[in-house]
Formats: sequence, C-alpha cells, structure tokens
Amino acid sequence: MTDDEIRAVVLRLLGEIAPEADLEVLDADKRVRDQIDIDSMDALNFLIAIDKELGVDIPEADYPRLATLNAIVRYVSEKRAGR
Amino acid sequence: MAEFLMPILGADMTAGTLVAWRKQPGDRVERGDIIAEVESDKADVEVEIFVTGVLDRILVEPGTKVPVGTPLAIIREEGGAAPPAATAAALPAAAPAPPRRPAPAARPAAEGGRLRISPSARQLAQQLGVDLSGVTGSGPDGRIMRRDIEEAAASTAGALPPVELDRQTRMRQAIAAAMARSAREIPHFHLTTTIDMSRAMAWLSAENARRPVTERLLYGAVLLKAMALALRDVPELNATWSGERVVPNPAIHVGVAISLRQGGLVAPAIHDTDRQSLTELMEKFRDVAQRARAGSLRSSEMSDPTITMTSLGETGAESVFGLIYPPQVALVGFGRVAERAVSIGGQIVSHPVVTATLSADHRVADGHRGSVYLAALERLLQEPSQL
Repeated sequence: MTDDEIRAVVLRLLGEIAPEADLEVLDADKRVRDQIDIDSMDALNFLIAIDKELGVDIPEADYPRLATLNAIVRYVSEKRAGR
Repeated sequence: MAEFLMPILGADMTAGTLVAWRKQPGDRVERGDIIAEVESDKADVEVEIFVTGVLDRILVEPGTKVPVGTPLAIIREEGGAAPPAATAAALPAAAPAPPRRPAPAARPAAEGGRLRISPSARQLAQQLGVDLSGVTGSGPDGRIMRRDIEEAAASTAGALPPVELDRQTRMRQAIAAAMARSAREIPHFHLTTTIDMSRAMAWLSAENARRPVTERLLYGAVLLKAMALALRDVPELNATWSGERVVPNPAIHVGVAISLRQGGLVAPAIHDTDRQSLTELMEKFRDVAQRARAGSLRSSEMSDPTITMTSLGETGAESVFGLIYPPQVALVGFGRVAERAVSIGGQIVSHPVVTATLSADHRVADGHRGSVYLAALERLLQEPSQL
C-alpha cells in the first residue's frame, strides 16, 4: 500500500468520525485536533478503525507521534513496512 | 390490557412525534423490547416496552405528533384474552388536534365575477393586506363587511404556517427549557475538591499498554465507575425529585454528558454503572456515545439517570459548575487533568490533578453529605485497580 493510499484511507476514516469537517482544507502539517473537533472517544474510534482497516495497532505511548495527518501517514506506513 | 404511552424523554418534553413502529399488531412483545421510535426535540429515541404481552392495537400512526402520556398502542398482557371486535373498536384513538377555528359557512361573495363588498371593507382589506378572494361575506347576499375583513385578518395571523424549526434549533430550545427549569426550581449547592490523579493516570496507562486498541479504556470510564461506587456511600444522591419528595432509586444509573457533532448535548444513562467491570463499562460507554450521535438512544437511557457526569476532557476549562438536569438530583463536573505543584511529605512535586465539582439539589442532600460523596470519589480514584 502506497503512502497516498494510506492517506486516502486515513482521510476517509477521519471523515466518518467527523462528517461535518471539510477535509479538503485540512493542513497536513498542522495538528488534526486543532482543525477538527475530535474528543477522546472520537480519537479512540479513529484508532480502532485504523487497526481494523490498515492492520496497525497503535500503542497509547505513541499517541503523541500522531498529531498531524502527515505524521499519521508516516507512522502507519513505517509500521506496515516493519511487519 | 395496558396502554403504551408517549414517554417523557426530557425534563420539559411536552410532545413527541411517533416516527415508526418496530412491532405490528399480533406481535409478541417482551419487557425491554424496542417497539417504537419517537422523535423528541433532542433526539430520535428507541422506545422500550415495560410489560410482556401481545401488541393488540396501534392507536397512533407514524408521523403523528402527540402530547406526552397519549396512548400509542394497546398491549394485551400475557394470558389476557383478545378483546371482542366491538371493544377494540371502542378503544379511544389519539385525539386529533382541534381545528384552529371552525370553518365559516360558505357564502358566495362574488357571483358573475362581481365582488360584493362595501367600500369601507375594501379599504380595510387593503390596509390589512387581506386577500379578498379568500373572504366569505356575512352581509346581505354574501356581501363582505368590515367585520369579515377583521375576522379574515385575525384568522390569517392565527393560521400562519408554523415555522419549521431545524433539529439544532429544537435541540437548543429543549436545552434552554430544561436548564431554565433547573435554575428556577432546583436549589443548587456546589462543592469542589481537587483530586490527585497520578495513581489513576499511571494505572490507566499501564492497563492500556497491555490491552489491544479495541479494549482500551478512556479516562471517562474510570470516572464513571468511581462516581457510581461513591453513590453507595451517599445513596440520597441516587434519587429523583418528584416535585414533592425524594424518590430513591434502587439501581445506580449514571448519566454521561455527550456533546453532539451538530451542537448540543445529551446525557443518557449507562445502566447499572456500579455493577459493570471497567471493560464492560467502556464497551457500553462507546456504544451509547455512538448511538447518541447517530440518534438512536433508548427511552430508558434518557429517563433513568439520577446523577450525571460531565467531563471537559483534556483541553477544557479547569472546573465545571454544572446545572442539574431535572428530575435528577446531582451532577459532577470534571475539569481538565492538569499538572500542578502539590506538597507530598514536605516536598513540592508535580502531579496530574483534576477539579471535581459536585452540583447537588439542596432539597435532597446537604453540604455535609455532598462532602462525604466527594471524599468517597477521591478515595476510589486513589485505588483504580479496585474499580
């Protein structure tokens, strides 16, 4: 799976969590939570969806590494490559 | 026979719209079954039945808005005989809304294309903007008189089509009504305490590190369980206020405030909160949050809480002085968890702390008992593995 494909899946999952968000204007280098209204339950559901769709179980200790869209894509890509 | 009534799903709900029936006449229903969907101002709600029997007859069709307490269906309780047809036919149907005003007797004002109207009535019609084609004359030979114009103007004003309010507006109206009633009727008192969360947060991190993501716990689940267990020490806060007296609740159903993406919030119960393991509680918490946002809560979840938890999460304000949702008697607001300097054994160290604020109804408890409740809450949060 390419990074672009991972990005597309991540954006789709974010859209399911926050359907009102305009993801086309999401700045991939800025904190997602500063741009989309996401609470802790949304964040957990997003991580569960990542696990289900992309096969990556993200430990809680790594949450700080997932602040931006680019960081999420990079993290998932690295985890999948290391499997 | 039992009547299945339009339930009250919020403090100031006066009417609801029956959206759909999930059961049909002749279907067997068991206590707890969802048999209908109702739309209130705050949410679409799946309504449960509290008797076991057979759905005998439907009295209200989908799309109909009826007052709270209106019979929606007749349930033949288990073992009961089917009523004879005449009896069934005699059962009262939901009363239709009365017409705004009786229709006037039809009397032609215009015959052969010429309108019979007095000059002063015509002038008045122009002043009031009354469309003469819809006015029936009450004068000789159907002549339109001034009084007809006045009545038509009044009728038009009274019969203006109702403004179609969107869900968001109705949600704000429902919250406004409930919170205004709370502020007006409930003599609140507030108690605040700062709780050291270092043990709870460390335990939560360690616990989540060994759990797959699908079973991870949120901090809110820990707070919910601690709130529920603390009620065992102060059962008077596990009650509702009936308007005249306290009604104790035998089970513990803590409500949890969930903000909705479109704005507004709901606070459904997590049933038997004190009896759930943290894993079970987290599962129910996720389920109820998803259904709250999807608009498919159940009637008992809306009506059963006696106390509500509201947590501002990681980025919110430091403390919350909430308003109690009537007829509940208490609410605990948790601010954000923040690192603060605390003195332990004479040493100043940095610990995560949270401000917990109890809002309680002074008609059912006093400050001393409220303080005992907060002390129990604090004690429980120092032993998270025991929750």
